[in-house]
Amino acid sequence: MADFDLPELKEYTEPPRLVEGAMGHLRTYPAAPAHQEALGFPGELVEGWHDKAIEKFDELLGQSRSLRVYLDACVRCGACTDKCHYFLGTGDPKNMPVARQDLMRKVYRRHFTLAGKWFPWLVGAADLTEEVLDDWYNYFHQCSQCRRCSVYCPYGIDTAEISMAAREIMDHIGKGQKYCNEIIAKVHKIGNNLGLQEPALANTLEGLEEDIEEETGVKVRLPLDEKGAEVMLVAPSADFFAEPHVDGLIGYAKVFHQAGVSWTISSYASEAANFAMFIGSYEQMHEVAQRIRKAALDLGIKRIVVGECGHAWRVAYSFWNTLAGPFDFLDPNYPVPQHVCEFTYEQIQKGALKLDKSANDHMTLTFHDSCNVARASRMGDRPGGQFEIPRAILKACCNNFVDMPADTIRDATFCCGGGGGLLTDDLLELRVKGAQPRMQALKQVADEHGVTHMASICAICKSQFTKVMPDYGFDMDSVVSLHQLVSNAIVLDGQAEAAAGPEEETEETAAAGQAGP
Amino acid sequence: MLTAAYAVLFYAASLLLAGGLAYKIWQYTKTPAPLKIPTTPAPLTLPGVALRMGRELALFESLFRSNKWTWLFGWMFHFALLLVLLRHLRYFTEPPWTWVVLLQPFGLYGSFAMLAGLLGLWLRRVAVERIRYITGPSDHVMLLLLCGIAVSGFAMRYVDRVDIVALKAFVLGLMYFDWQPLPADPVLLVHLGLVAALMAVFPFSKLLHAPGIFFSPTRNQADNAREKRHLAPWAAKFESTGK
Repeated sequence: MADFDLPELKEYTEPPRLVEGAMGHLRTYPAAPAHQEALGFPGELVEGWHDKAIEKFDELLGQSRSLRVYLDACVRCGACTDKCHYFLGTGDPKNMPVARQDLMRKVYRRHFTLAGKWFPWLVGAADLTEEVLDDWYNYFHQCSQCRRCSVYCPYGIDTAEISMAAREIMDHIGKGQKYCNEIIAKVHKIGNNLGLQEPALANTLEGLEEDIEEETGVKVRLPLDEKGAEVMLVAPSADFFAEPHVDGLIGYAKVFHQAGVSWTISSYASEAANFAMFIGSYEQMHEVAQRIRKAALDLGIKRIVVGECGHAWRVAYSFWNTLAGPFDFLDPNYPVPQHVCEFTYEQIQKGALKLDKSANDHMTLTFHDSCNVARASRMGDRPGGQFEIPRAILKACCNNFVDMPADTIRDATFCCGGGGGLLTDDLLELRVKGAQPRMQALKQVADEHGVTHMASICAICKSQFTKVMPDYGFDMDSVVSLHQLVSNAIVLDGQAEAAAGPEEETEETAAAGQAGP
Repeated sequence: MLTAAYAVLFYAASLLLAGGLAYKIWQYTKTPAPLKIPTTPAPLTLPGVALRMGRELALFESLFRSNKWTWLFGWMFHFALLLVLLRHLRYFTEPPWTWVVLLQPFGLYGSFAMLAGLLGLWLRRVAVERIRYITGPSDHVMLLLLCGIAVSGFAMRYVDRVDIVALKAFVLGLMYFDWQPLPADPVLLVHLGLVAALMAVFPFSKLLHAPGIFFSPTRNQADNAREKRHLAPWAAKFESTGK
């Protein structure tokens, strides 16, 4: 058990009493000079960091309307104060969205507004001192950029935008975070967050093909770097080996197989994740996204389908057209990109999939809306499709489905506690505490409706829940991939009927579940 | 002397308000939003966005979802203020427009609702621990200013009636640069002074939420990222690395 107190699961959500400085001690590992320099950032805190930070701040204010407007517009009405899962789980007042923003806003006021220059005491303006910078580092790495606050703000102020800008400024003065920056460098070099090389990837996919054949008697392919395939699948790299992610990947493969659509994975762009979003760097995000474009052109594919990953789907859906578009070389009959849920849903609608719901009868399921999918993207052609389509797939694959309470799902969903570049063990205390609101909602449906499993469509959510759920008394494998359920239910042409059923768990992949994507 | 002082005060306050707001709006306009970031589910089209924005402006939709008490007091204050402002149009037009005349009795109730809303919001600032934590001196000053305007307004109506005919002549005189004497009533002077102060601080304070909401990318963008390519001018420099 961890060396901190676990938040209690209560009957209903009630904002905690404030505990000043409750999380002030928690500081994510700083990036080593090598991690920083690989991204073109200074290796360590630069000389004259204050002036350089203000200079970068000024530049960002001119580049980002959201930053500019959001720093001006807040009236401190308090609407957001009880909306952040990290506040609800820790009681630290600086984890209230407005207070987190104010860490940056007070510096903005001091340097960029008349009121803050003339009457700092009146408007809460403050200089960027070393203490303030430390607060920035600690508390802007306690924001998972989930946008829940933005839903409730009367002006739509999005703390994610503020924390991204703060991280961008800190990177530029040599105060970056190890977890994100190390991973981004790996993507630039190798093509995925895990540093998985092409031979290892080929090996893994081959192994999965064998597993599927053993289980079903049907040869389902997981092709790698096949030129001229119709679809390029871009999945989070955790799908290649972590549990329960890999069961989702098997599900995608079975759906492609059954749909009769040729597809391939690219070893060059073997990562859907784009952690550059977390550090707020347009340039880095652009560079990572360009790999997708290059892979699509090199392989000559016609459509891009993105696997189950929350922030990756945000980047893909909302940003790829900007960062790596235009995609005029792809098949114009399909949106670019498509979510694998959109693909599967379409096949279900067409009646192309034979689904045996009873294969999932040993579970009663609920669905965790991942924050970036819920509040920063869409599926299908109607607003809210990102909620309806995964649920429609779920219901097509399972007999037992129950939603969690209304104020914890859809666009009111709670972050898993590990998003936004915080899925690292040095932030475990925050991750466990930040999961409390979701765990509470889950416990409610577990107690009242006998829910046994929670499906998710995000690699980070899956890794995070696998890690923290045992602390709350749930099994680590009670979080499942949505396409794992599809995989269980799907009856492939030529599949021996009896073979359909819950798959066995392999020991080594189960242990891999705690690694990040 | 008094007339001149207040005339100059109002010209200055008006210039600050108009100039300051114009500057901020110009600044917001020229600052691009580099990425599509509407809070979803979001409307897919521009008319849809207008409707979403309309609901935010008229109903405070997001605030309603967030907190019913803050919504109640906030909405009450804002719409009462609007009513009161419209009621005051009668000082600026001769003869007053018919609908402004019809509005007069409602405007009176409006002023009560306005004060009630303000006091409710102020009470939350003091009584709710979370909101007390985020409240700074300027938040109290702003409430004090607005309450002062409301209370001095009441006083002129119910306690110490002012010569509103002379007042109207003064206001029209300001507008047409033909100054007329301002009635030297202390309550009126306080009322007008506070109003001028509010106008002057508007572009330098959190009152910028008023123009700000129109420029909020999470609320004013349509959800059409896949269909329509969005590119900020400064981000175009990265384009060369494409294809």
